[in-house]
Amino acid sequence: MDKRTLAVFLVRYGMFIALALWMIGMSLSSEYFLTWTNLLNVSRQAAPIIIIGVGMTFVMATAGIDLSVGATVALVSVMTASWLTLGLPALLVIPLIIIAGAGVGALNGFIITLGVPAFVVTLAALTSIRGVAFVYSDGYAVPISDPVFVWIGRGDVLGINTPFLIAIIVAAGGWFLLNRTRFGLYALATGGREEAARVMGLSINKIKVMVYALTGALAGLAGIVISARLSNGSPNAGVMLELEVIAATVLGGTSLFGGRATIMGTVVGALLINFVRNGLNLLGVNPYWVQVVTGVILVLAVLMNTVLNRKVESWARAAPEEKE
Amino acid sequence: MTTGNFIEMRGITKTFGAVTALSDVDLTLPQGGVLGLIGDNAAGKSTLMKILAGAISHDHGKILIDGQPALYNHPIGAREAGIEMIYQDFALVPELTVAQNIFLGREITKNRGGIRVLDRETMNQSAEEMFGALGLRVPAVTLPVQSLSGGQQQAVAIARATGFDAKLVIMDEPTANLGAPAIEKVRETITRLKTNGVAVIIISHRLEDIFAVGDGFLVMKQGRVVGQRDVEDTDNADLVEMIVTGQDPRKAKAKAHAVKVPSTTA
Repeated sequence: MDKRTLAVFLVRYGMFIALALWMIGMSLSSEYFLTWTNLLNVSRQAAPIIIIGVGMTFVMATAGIDLSVGATVALVSVMTASWLTLGLPALLVIPLIIIAGAGVGALNGFIITLGVPAFVVTLAALTSIRGVAFVYSDGYAVPISDPVFVWIGRGDVLGINTPFLIAIIVAAGGWFLLNRTRFGLYALATGGREEAARVMGLSINKIKVMVYALTGALAGLAGIVISARLSNGSPNAGVMLELEVIAATVLGGTSLFGGRATIMGTVVGALLINFVRNGLNLLGVNPYWVQVVTGVILVLAVLMNTVLNRKVESWARAAPEEKE
Repeated sequence: MTTGNFIEMRGITKTFGAVTALSDVDLTLPQGGVLGLIGDNAAGKSTLMKILAGAISHDHGKILIDGQPALYNHPIGAREAGIEMIYQDFALVPELTVAQNIFLGREITKNRGGIRVLDRETMNQSAEEMFGALGLRVPAVTLPVQSLSGGQQQAVAIARATGFDAKLVIMDEPTANLGAPAIEKVRETITRLKTNGVAVIIISHRLEDIFAVGDGFLVMKQGRVVGQRDVEDTDNADLVEMIVTGQDPRKAKAKAHAVKVPSTTA
């Protein structure tokens, strides 16, 4: 029984352990790793991934996927810069951008409810939305100098940088929504067994549209943070971001097949990816290798998430019944 | 007009594209009656019951509950009218806990600063009480359903359908793939519901279950009603003939007789 508990624990919290081990190992290998500046720096880099990852966790809870989030970041980035240039106040631009992101997500969700696979819909959106961003901006990046945006990108509250603070607030809200409200429960039920959820009277289509709208809104918010951090609105913002977000979510233990999701895991997954990248940089590893390592970690995580998890959990489950 | 029937389905018709699943089906059931709905595969039994349970909508015909037209076209509406269904695959979400499955779609919430928050403690406690009252057993209501055995999962499905003041419980193949003790449990459940005045419709291939606990049979074939029998007034051979041929021998005889009469008098 102890061995079983240990095995389940290792598989379930493997990423937490991996993150801890990596941090310990890196602290021993590089004097720059475990410094306040470096930790804050990594947390700031991880912030957009955490923000969108919270939405992706809901999408994956319904057994869906959203590949369009990076493109949505690009679209809202150029929109933000152009609206600020037109003289709209930042406090009006921010909610409008988040609503625009939600609109893009809701459109994705609506098309998915028509019966087109989420993978195809959001892959198509990935290319179309970035195309719109390029058309809208003519391919140019536009600088942002609004003081509110400068604070969002580079400011801090009590020593914690604003992007990470926003990410933590989003993660806390996401945790509450997933674990304490009907919406989260319905998202999990939809992904766990859609037909059962349907005959129990849940409005599956409404739930699906809502999770994609939520992810779109959070991609909008992440787009604001990224644009603020880079001080410009660029149609090249958020390239490959969808892969990092999906990697972080899966690394954290959220099932690709729906029904099982964890916000804490997504936060840890995002931190792990960024700490690995940061550590390899500090060790002077060729940056191209960092991409390779990220890919390898992702495959290992999915392997753990699917095959190993299922085996270990069914093995552990079999234990008490044998005793009866 | 009241006929004293709790459920009346009149002229129910349903097509899926070019396929007619149900044509002009009637079904009546008194309060506390136990009806066996039998017939071959693709007879339309499950479709008819899913319509009654609000899981799919019908094209024509009407449903009366206690003499009042039922206006729902949604499972929640059917459940509010007191109609519950136990699906053949139990319709449970494997990753959710026992209590979450039982309350799925009718969660108890509490108000926390204007936000409706799931009241997990109350739901867990009610679920536990529900199992106690029904004499059903599961290891814990906080376990995910996927960690339960098949029999325990069925207990969850039964508890969900019978724990909320149901007036009609529909069971789709409740004894398929079950061992003898589990079948006995299902029969006990049906008898208990009947005693409490709850009507039951059982879709089953096992005629002996309905002979054991039921009041009557309704035989269907290819989307039509073949005939109806009281349990006391029929036997296996009679029913199997109706299932296989799609003809009611009694109606056929009556018809043959009716045809003969004028010819002999002429």
